[in-house]
Amino acid sequence: MEINPFTILIASIFTNNMILANFLGMCSFIAVSKEIKTSLGLGQAVTFVLTGTSVINYLVYTYILEPYGLEYLRFIVFIITIATFVQLVEMIIERYVPTLYYSLGIFLPLITVNCAILGVSLFMVIREYTLLQSLAFGIGSGLGWTLAIVALAAIRQKIKNAPIPKGLQGAGVTLIITGLMALAFIGLSGVVTIQ
Amino acid sequence: MTTILSTVFIITGITTGLAIVITFANAFIADYGEKKMIINNDKEYIVEGGKSILSALVDQKIFIPSACGGKGSCGYCKCKVNEGGGPVLATEMSYLTEEDVENDIRLSCQVKIKEDVKIEIPEELFNVKQFEGKVVFSKDLTPKIKHLRIDITDGQEIEFKAGQYVQLLAPPYPGNAEEVFRAYSIASSPSETKSIDLIIGYVEEGIVTTYVHEHLSEGDEVLFNGPFGDFYLNEETGCDIYMVAVGTGIAPIRSILHYMNEKKIERKARFFFGARTQDDLFMVEEMKRLEEEMYDFEYIPVLSRADDDWEGERGRVTDLVDKLMEKSDSGEGREAYLCGGAPMIDSTEKALLGKGLPEEKILYDKFD
Repeated sequence: MEINPFTILIASIFTNNMILANFLGMCSFIAVSKEIKTSLGLGQAVTFVLTGTSVINYLVYTYILEPYGLEYLRFIVFIITIATFVQLVEMIIERYVPTLYYSLGIFLPLITVNCAILGVSLFMVIREYTLLQSLAFGIGSGLGWTLAIVALAAIRQKIKNAPIPKGLQGAGVTLIITGLMALAFIGLSGVVTIQ
Repeated sequence: MTTILSTVFIITGITTGLAIVITFANAFIADYGEKKMIINNDKEYIVEGGKSILSALVDQKIFIPSACGGKGSCGYCKCKVNEGGGPVLATEMSYLTEEDVENDIRLSCQVKIKEDVKIEIPEELFNVKQFEGKVVFSKDLTPKIKHLRIDITDGQEIEFKAGQYVQLLAPPYPGNAEEVFRAYSIASSPSETKSIDLIIGYVEEGIVTTYVHEHLSEGDEVLFNGPFGDFYLNEETGCDIYMVAVGTGIAPIRSILHYMNEKKIERKARFFFGARTQDDLFMVEEMKRLEEEMYDFEYIPVLSRADDDWEGERGRVTDLVDKLMEKSDSGEGREAYLCGGAPMIDSTEKALLGKGLPEEKILYDKFD
């Protein structure tokens, strides 16, 4: 797998976007996309956690699990490291950036169960990335997730007063928008490919 | 074999490593140092920062009502936070009304102390203490209602007003993983300061009721705190007293009756007790005895599904209110004390209002 890490970075932002290409990490994507400011905050937190966990999980996988032939434990081990890392991030944010802590509210601990995070760790193992590639993949996926949620929040703010049929209000129309955004992002698929 | 062992070792190693990291982070990052907590602009305490207000209060032996033990799922531990509470959290919102938010009322189990805080709690909560006790008897009043007597074993004495309640702790037991407090009215007279009586009904899948009915036996040790509540006998008036209860709602009424009997309070008192059948009636002998001993007391049970040989009242307690409530002879007016489930309280309150009782004269203790 000789892909330039930079290519992976760009691809994971635009063409292999975690949300819009893989539909991972949907719950917080839909729940916290009401305001640009909060979604940007959550996006930053997710990017940070993704960058950190992809590197830690890479090291754990390559230097602990693989040598002992325990690859099958990757699910549980990845989840434990993610949970610990999120806990740490939460403590740090609560202590040093209280405003962000209050605006993220309950969604910060929920990053633990954000499937995009586990998805990135599992993809990087399946695709046999190197450390640098994993790092690029982690950062790129985080940025891509942020881009998608901020764009969605912007659209939702724009259509806040639009006359949407009652049954479609809230999550319904959000999913339709997400679908349209995914279609739009397919237009970029010729730029780079990693799979 | 080696695979199994290495799996165990690796998983243990990884989790231990991460646990150590978290423990260190907790000690260094989440350490907010010592903070001041000022209660009611009067008492000042030095507390450990980073804890919730609720647990900081417990550390200072101040107990405010909390049924879920600080998990933010009961909404009882509300208190006014004047300074240092930070913004209202999403986890509190479902328990706070708009009025609460405007008045700085917060859930004390969710608010972390990160700076000096100023809070307000009702003054009487300083009387609330934690007691260790031992169950001296536990007997079935009906198949679903138990009568417990708990002796206080730690040397303290409990001071309460007739009608108030305590919170009983259920420790973890098979089928329940955590400590849970639930509120139960004290059924004994305030003159008994070294023991309390509780009357506890069985609620299907109720955590504490299951504990009491299936796991607690005579001689067991229990923990409770109290007293709480603003449902108690008003001693400032000489009004006629109308008491209405169903099921375990008899508990605070029994406390009030014994208190009135001991203090020889000369007020007219009527007690309407609702049940389904004769088998659901209990403590009848005791009520009859009180009828004889007290100044002017009548116990009137009413059954909704009585057998044919029942000679007493039939129907519901609300029917009794309509039928038996008289104008006050003493000229002092009337007062009502209601205790039971929400539907009974609501319909009885309506009936009492229809009888011309002013709203402030209707006191109730709703069991959830």
